[in-house]
Amino acid sequence: MKLLQLPPGELRRQLAGPGIWLRTGPFSLQVRSRLDAVAEGLGELYGQYEVRNPRETFADFHVSVDPKTKLTQGLRPKVNFSFDGVEPFKPEPLDQAYPMLERGLDWCVSEHAHQYLMIHAAAVEKHDQAVILPAPTGSGKSTLVAALVLSGWRLLSDELVLIDRKTGLIHPLPRPIRLENESIPLIRAFHADAYFSGISRDTADGTIAYMRPPKESVRRQHEPAKPGWIIFPKWIADGELEVLPRSKQGTFQFLTQHAFNYSQLGTEGFRVCSALIKQTDSYDFQYSRLEEAVAVFDRLAASCVTTKAGN
Amino acid sequence: MRAPAELVSHVFRNPESIKGFSMGDWDTLVRQGRQADLLARLHALLIQAELDAAIPAVARWHFEAATTLADTHQGEMRRELRRLRALMTGLDFPLVLLKGSAYVAADLPASKGRLIEDIDLLVPAERLSEVELALKRADWQRVGLSEYDRRYYRRWRYDAPQLQPLRRAMVINLHHAIVPDSARYRPDANKLRRRATEIPGFAGLIVLASEDRILHAATLLFHDDGLSHGLRDLSDLDLLLRQAASEADFWPRLLARAEEMDLDRPLFYALRFARHFFATPVPDEVREHLRSAEPGSATLRLMDGIYTRMLAPAHRSCTDALTPPARAATYLRTHWLRRPPRQLVPHLVYKAFISPYQREPNPA
Repeated sequence: MKLLQLPPGELRRQLAGPGIWLRTGPFSLQVRSRLDAVAEGLGELYGQYEVRNPRETFADFHVSVDPKTKLTQGLRPKVNFSFDGVEPFKPEPLDQAYPMLERGLDWCVSEHAHQYLMIHAAAVEKHDQAVILPAPTGSGKSTLVAALVLSGWRLLSDELVLIDRKTGLIHPLPRPIRLENESIPLIRAFHADAYFSGISRDTADGTIAYMRPPKESVRRQHEPAKPGWIIFPKWIADGELEVLPRSKQGTFQFLTQHAFNYSQLGTEGFRVCSALIKQTDSYDFQYSRLEEAVAVFDRLAASCVTTKAGN
Repeated sequence: MRAPAELVSHVFRNPESIKGFSMGDWDTLVRQGRQADLLARLHALLIQAELDAAIPAVARWHFEAATTLADTHQGEMRRELRRLRALMTGLDFPLVLLKGSAYVAADLPASKGRLIEDIDLLVPAERLSEVELALKRADWQRVGLSEYDRRYYRRWRYDAPQLQPLRRAMVINLHHAIVPDSARYRPDANKLRRRATEIPGFAGLIVLASEDRILHAATLLFHDDGLSHGLRDLSDLDLLLRQAASEADFWPRLLARAEEMDLDRPLFYALRFARHFFATPVPDEVREHLRSAEPGSATLRLMDGIYTRMLAPAHRSCTDALTPPARAATYLRTHWLRRPPRQLVPHLVYKAFISPYQREPNPA
């Protein structure tokens, strides 16, 4: 059963009571919240995800987002994320409830799922080949990812790329794509199907909103993908379109610094990273217009198909 | 199967019982085990008992990931210990390793599935600044502390503030005694040092004799105000006791040493709760002997009530209405044991009413 099949009242009731049981990628979640903003965000963004029988008893992560009342924090109500009683963040203003849930879920995965090498990056896939997009802040990575998945690419992940340590394949963890400020109207203009929710204004990052992942990406969320490229995107206003090969050594170094658990995996981290570098080509990619960027990615995916056919 | 509230120690006592576990039991076990920092040790236990195949597929990764982390930590610890010793060749006395770092260096069963982030070193009080300086030269830096904390450490603590290497996660704690100077029970650190033994493969580093190691662990556990890893520390004691029991004359040595150092009360509690949670084998004569260290029956009942709650994992599923008062009682009791009231009262007032409103110093 999918989340959207739950009547809105029922979603609210379960969230406030026993919790809603969701599956995102390889992880099962039990989410609880008494807040309408959380019910609304989940209802609008997670409609296509499988929910499970509320009597289901095992979940990987038990999380909640609820108001905190503490005298020392003054009269303005705040909200906090809790992972099974552990509160990794400082309380935030009430309108941060939904972003806090998303941030908390990323935290749960990145702190625990050491069966994967976890890279701070986005990933998309087409024709069985995945592109990993590592994410220096301000590179416009999420904007490009949103445009790609609205143009027929499959969303594997927006924040956390999970590399299976045994197979080297990417395990999808498709969740809503977080966009900031000007990216939001830009993506709205790019495609009529872009749907946003969980919007909050006046945050430290300005306005943030979450884009609903494509239905097809959610349907295929248990299908691993083979990494083909590692592409470092950079958005430059009115800049020339540019695709430049990158040294494997430089990419390797970048990955070790941007993997959440590279050091926790010890020599195993080195092995998985080396294998990943070996089977991928990496590029620096500079763009200014989303349509042109998507066309470059499409050509890349098509070239791979023709090479395969040629072989 | 109707599960008892606290499942982690239940599995340690009855590993076979996991065969009858429902998915709800597994859910509880993973959550409590994670909270208690015992997932990797549970995993090691189940592997050793050849029961790991009974872990359901969906729960398995939690155990494996914890084991991965514990293994990496220990490898890192060994590397760091070698590096540490090499950098301190100028010192003409051996460094005594304590607690988790000692378990790893000496490759004791108590290191099994143990996440260890700190290196604990016992250094003679008069050599403390010398060691600190040597560490600083080797780029270990002091972790940020407020001015109050710094003064407090210098004056009353049995350890110096933590030192951390640049760019690495490991932390060194320097101790000149094993409990605070102001504490009621105050074992003589030099006595401990005299019985310490060398570790094969780590020249220049020594570890306490097994009876001293156990007394140290017991004293620390029953002086710990937060008990954030109470069950794990008690599990360490269980493993230390089980291993030491195979040494000749271990129990008489332990009892004699406890008496000599005036530590039979903490030892009494350690054995009592190790038996309660982990069914640690303790000979009848030993328990008989420790009768003299037993508190009055009202105190004992109170201590049972407090510590059966405080040593359980700090998870919602094993707390009850009496857990908060037990927590408050432990905090007061341990601070009471550590220092006389004229020090204790101002300290608690400061921690409760002043430090929460101060800006934290930046960590180093």
